[in-house]
Amino acid sequence: MARVLINLPAQAKRGEIIEIKTLIAHPMETGYRLGRTGVVFPRDIINGFVCTYNGEQVFRAELFPAIAANPFIAFFTVATESGEIAFSWTDDRGETQTEVRQITVE
Amino acid sequence: MNVLVLAATAAIATAAAAAEISPEDRRSGYDFAGAETRAMQDDDTANPGMLGVLQGETLWAAKAGAADKSCADCHGDARASMKGVAARYPTFEPILGRPLDLEARINRCRGEHQGAAPFAGESADLLALTAFVAYQSRGLPIALPEKPELQPFLDLGGELFHRRQGQLNLSCSQCHDDNWGKRLAGAVIPQGHPTGYPVYRLEWQSLGSLQRRLRNCMIGVRAEPYEYGAPEAVALELYLMVRARGLLIETPGVRP
Repeated sequence: MARVLINLPAQAKRGEIIEIKTLIAHPMETGYRLGRTGVVFPRDIINGFVCTYNGEQVFRAELFPAIAANPFIAFFTVATESGEIAFSWTDDRGETQTEVRQITVE
Repeated sequence: MNVLVLAATAAIATAAAAAEISPEDRRSGYDFAGAETRAMQDDDTANPGMLGVLQGETLWAAKAGAADKSCADCHGDARASMKGVAARYPTFEPILGRPLDLEARINRCRGEHQGAAPFAGESADLLALTAFVAYQSRGLPIALPEKPELQPFLDLGGELFHRRQGQLNLSCSQCHDDNWGKRLAGAVIPQGHPTGYPVYRLEWQSLGSLQRRLRNCMIGVRAEPYEYGAPEAVALELYLMVRARGLLIETPGVRP
């Protein structure tokens, strides 16, 4: 599916505040643009983003048509324990893309 | 808006014509961009152009066409074989007797050696593969080898750069040689060096080629833009690269 760039530290100290940056390739078609023949390009945006840390939701965002193509989402969380951080983007077609990254907490 | 354009035109018309920008004054468009835009370009995980580079890396290894060969089958590891290539394009193609830019070279290679249909001009795939190839030259100075065959095309490019065009009757040189660093309405006029192409323009929300950027500028002065691949467009690209010699390749650049 779409190409994704995720930046988070591979290792962190327990209790440390870490920044997570995500970038995903998506046209984010607003549903307001007209083609050359006057037909509206149907809306196709990523409408939801969820980040879970070992299954627990730590960040969630709703996205709307005014957001530019290839949405970049950055946020902070607290490194609590080693494990998996999962990222899911859901678009208007109902498709969900999930990426998983590992983090080691000492 | 019209008043602003007229005021800007009048200011430019009164400025004395300057010579080519001296090497120590040469600055990439990066230096004229805002802090946020520069930060976006500098961080590979925030630079949306890197999505194109990633896609290009996949295309580099993908088999295509009647020959069922990938770019990598002939050229091997792009990190070695493509290093510095973008810094010396457009280059002279003896068989055609004219210069080719990187996009045209990639498409020609596809046809000749892979037996595949060329990518459509300005398509996401062509831009991605071009960005991947040009990315291998990041940090290297632009240095086109001096070739006597290129001279007539370089002369044409220089002539086009200094020719007044369009309803606003402006040449490229009047903005980018004589008035760089000043403002055209809210935007700073850069020197017009092609350091980061294919570039991710926030206005486009995608990667785009230097030719697309040139067409933008021409529409801005209300001139008839050159078609993609037109000899004038390639000559202008060639002139711009020679004019930018010494500046570092930044691909994928991010611009406002």
